[in-house]
Amino acid sequence: MFEHKKDRIALPPANARKTQSCCHFCIVGCGYHVYKWPAGQEGGLAPDQNALGLDFRQQLPPMEVTMTQAMTNVIQDDDGSYQRIMIVPDKDCKVNSGLSSTRGGQMASIMYSPQTPVGSQRVKYPRVFAGDEWRDTSWDQAITLYSHLTKLILDDAGSGQLMFNLFDHGGAGGGFENTWGTGKLIFTGLGSRMVRIHNRPAYNSECHATRDMGIGELNNSYEDARMADCIFSIGANAYETQTNYFLNHWLPGLQGQTADRKREVYEDGETIQQTKIILVDPRRSLTVALLEQAIDKDNILFLDIEPGTDTALFNGLLTYVVEQGWQDEDFINEYTTGFEDALKANRMSLDEASRITGISKDKLVQAAEWAYKPKASGHPPRTMHGYEKGIIWGNDNYRIQSALVDLVLATHNVGRRGTGVVRMGGHQEGYCRPPYPGGRPAPYVDQEIIGGNGQMLTVWACNAFQTTLNAEQYRNEVLRRSGIVKQALRKVRGAGPEKMAEVIHKAVKEDGGLFVTVINLYPTKFAEAAHLILPAAHTGEMNLTSMNGERRLRLSEKFMAPPGTAKPDCLIAADMANALRRLYEAEGNAEMAKRFEGFDWKTEEDAYNDGFRRAGQSGAPDIESQGGSTGHLATYERLRAAGNNGVQLPVKEYRNGQLIGTEMLYTDGKFDTDDGKAHFQAAPWNGMPDVVEEQRKKYRFWINNGRTNQIWQTAYHDQYVEFRRGRYPMAPLEINPEDARDLGIESGDLVELFNDYGATTAMAYLEPDIKQGHVFMEAMYFNSVMGDLVTPWTDRNIIPYYKGTWADVRRVGRIEDYADNVSFKRRRYV
Amino acid sequence: MKLSRRRFLAFTGTTAAGSAALGGGLLLNPARAAEGNRQPGKVHLDYPTTTVSKAGDLKVGQPVAFTYPDDSSPCTLVKTGRETQGGIGPDGDIVAYSNLCTHMGCPVSYSAEERTFKCPCHFSVFDSELNGQMVSGQATENLPRILLSYRDSDDSIEAVGVEGLIYGRQANILPGA
Repeated sequence: MFEHKKDRIALPPANARKTQSCCHFCIVGCGYHVYKWPAGQEGGLAPDQNALGLDFRQQLPPMEVTMTQAMTNVIQDDDGSYQRIMIVPDKDCKVNSGLSSTRGGQMASIMYSPQTPVGSQRVKYPRVFAGDEWRDTSWDQAITLYSHLTKLILDDAGSGQLMFNLFDHGGAGGGFENTWGTGKLIFTGLGSRMVRIHNRPAYNSECHATRDMGIGELNNSYEDARMADCIFSIGANAYETQTNYFLNHWLPGLQGQTADRKREVYEDGETIQQTKIILVDPRRSLTVALLEQAIDKDNILFLDIEPGTDTALFNGLLTYVVEQGWQDEDFINEYTTGFEDALKANRMSLDEASRITGISKDKLVQAAEWAYKPKASGHPPRTMHGYEKGIIWGNDNYRIQSALVDLVLATHNVGRRGTGVVRMGGHQEGYCRPPYPGGRPAPYVDQEIIGGNGQMLTVWACNAFQTTLNAEQYRNEVLRRSGIVKQALRKVRGAGPEKMAEVIHKAVKEDGGLFVTVINLYPTKFAEAAHLILPAAHTGEMNLTSMNGERRLRLSEKFMAPPGTAKPDCLIAADMANALRRLYEAEGNAEMAKRFEGFDWKTEEDAYNDGFRRAGQSGAPDIESQGGSTGHLATYERLRAAGNNGVQLPVKEYRNGQLIGTEMLYTDGKFDTDDGKAHFQAAPWNGMPDVVEEQRKKYRFWINNGRTNQIWQTAYHDQYVEFRRGRYPMAPLEINPEDARDLGIESGDLVELFNDYGATTAMAYLEPDIKQGHVFMEAMYFNSVMGDLVTPWTDRNIIPYYKGTWADVRRVGRIEDYADNVSFKRRRYV
Repeated sequence: MKLSRRRFLAFTGTTAAGSAALGGGLLLNPARAAEGNRQPGKVHLDYPTTTVSKAGDLKVGQPVAFTYPDDSSPCTLVKTGRETQGGIGPDGDIVAYSNLCTHMGCPVSYSAEERTFKCPCHFSVFDSELNGQMVSGQATENLPRILLSYRDSDDSIEAVGVEGLIYGRQANILPGA
């Protein structure tokens, strides 16, 4: 049914079933309530007649409710009955206080319904490529094929031929249940180290440097932004990518509304001042533009840095701070090591830093004074450093992060309320796995596959066709090798899964083929290369735990069944493990069978209890869990009772019916190193990598890239949602009007971007705030893959430099439908 | 903005406002039925017809406040100065929208320079020239559009309906209205 009139909504009746859920999308993890009730019923307008308790007999005042059609849906339960759902933000959740972002606000509409465009795209049953077409099949057949082929390869060539593209996070396509289930299968069972993580080509951390220095990257609470004297935002665009953290926790301090909270935590006599903000970004982002209007101009400092020069910025500031004597000597002496060596290695004058970064010396001095100069009372300022893709995906991840944390340690901006050096984050987190069986650096799995290595690739809840670097070459090789297997399968007729596995094994072993399995909600772009697709479940279709950017653990409750025979990832992993165990038992190989034991899970809670809750407990195997050794205290039942406020990890204790958590790490000066001290690390400025510099010299435009507000990651839901796809039928490309005029480009034109590594297309969006010679492109889009242009260069830990991309731009033409239906008004609240 | 002819016709051919803009006549008049919206067989809410202004009284870029479909729903009528999808009046440039941001109901304000509506609470921006499309921001629905009709004979502009749910309501027509 399609109804174009959207001027009414069905209210949940007072007795509608109510459950808790976190937003699936960004790391902030806003709390929501899910109401569910039979489709034939609706609540009344009087406050006692609807579950929201609001009086709809009259116009509600502003800020009273957030309720749109996007927050509603009609779903079908297992028994065939139609049920309505409404998913609205939770006013009592400390994270969002009733706010919803444009992403979280659409959660109801992306839940499975057979009658919506987005719902109709879901994979409902396992699919196998046979003959020359996709065929729906049973789990039994699919798992038999998967396990037989896995065993053939494992026995013949070893685990080094079993490749995985794997999620490692929380929220949608993740969760502690699912990271554990997959990790136990792949690391403990199969013993494979040939694993890459969803957005990068190896099994690594995007925060190796800060961790090596003893500081986990999520070390404060969102509330600390309210208590800060200064927020130092580096390569982050919080309004668009951590929206309600920004709106609910940054803005109040910046608008001078948090003096009372500061008074509670500051020392006696310490100066209380309105929070100032320093933003480092080559682009005047929406966050910068909005803040220039929303707060006092004297409290914002925008450093429009030259791309890739952050290390020079931090080293210049560190040198200047020490010259002024603003470092915290007592802290450095008692709680850290390596300060003098790092200072020597990183030393850079402000003049030099200004020359490299393109930021005036006056601004550098002003930044140093705001962030590090003692306050009127003599107390050091409390400066919170928040960083994201500008550093994570910047010029030498490990080096920039080291330089930043050196500066933070010298000024003791960690472990004090109102400080912290934190990753702003992408997804929620939810890591719980056995130790990775490989070393560091881990194998560059993309290059292994391009080089012809690997016989079987399992792509689990991620999509490197849209998200990896050097993506065009990667895609071409995967498709070519996948085609060899498809060709072999075309000749198989009347064969069961065991026989199919034998044919495939020959193709991958002798002919250079690659067998590809995709496990996902949708037939993604990567599914073009697949031979087997397994349907997965996500938040709301299973119970799922994650933690947000302040380590806040919550349980999102299941409120509906997954479509068809889809199931949670942890239970898919268990099916695979159990099938392999039986195969090895059948041939009497007890040693191998034992590796696949311990998967007798009936529910996702079984997986949670097996991993997250066993970490650090006696008799348990080695488990690396973000819950640490006290995760066992956080049972599903207790998390249900804790609601959308959950508990901040690590859990300290369970007392008087409540889980007690940890608001801030390192308040005791004990860091996560062998000696308990934080370690400075040398991080001298080193310029651009050669291959990147070559592209920079050769091509006209710096291809800055990232997310926009309305689109989540690869647009796996959004590409089927009219409100989103209608806004961006292709990736928008912000380009300066002067550059556009020079190239004959207007807003709405299709443009091609190209360099030595590949080419992609986007939709031009003229924006005067973009500097000449720069463009900004939506990354990872379903029909415009920015990664096609990215060099294969990585840092020492195989972290890509996605931001280090230069290319030329040319006008292709114009699709009038795009141009007529997309607004090209300025997004910057002008 | 530029409009390809096909798209322009596709839009204007299907709404009262557009038809009025093209032909000057009122082809669709959702007059209120005595039975109200309880009448079986009706899909649409019964929107009132309310005279809002004379086209000749409007000045480009100067918004006019009115309420529709009742006194507690503030709206803005504006002559954008550029012919636009569904715009009415002699120049096809008069449009109207609900004043309440679909996100949380804060009052939006019209920017004559950008021809957008902006919400000061969470920075959502809506395009007055493209059916209230959210340009940026935290809403999950576009700004509700007030459907208008224009009468050549006396230059009057009437509000005749609403596209989209007005913030803070279960339905656009309140009980007893």
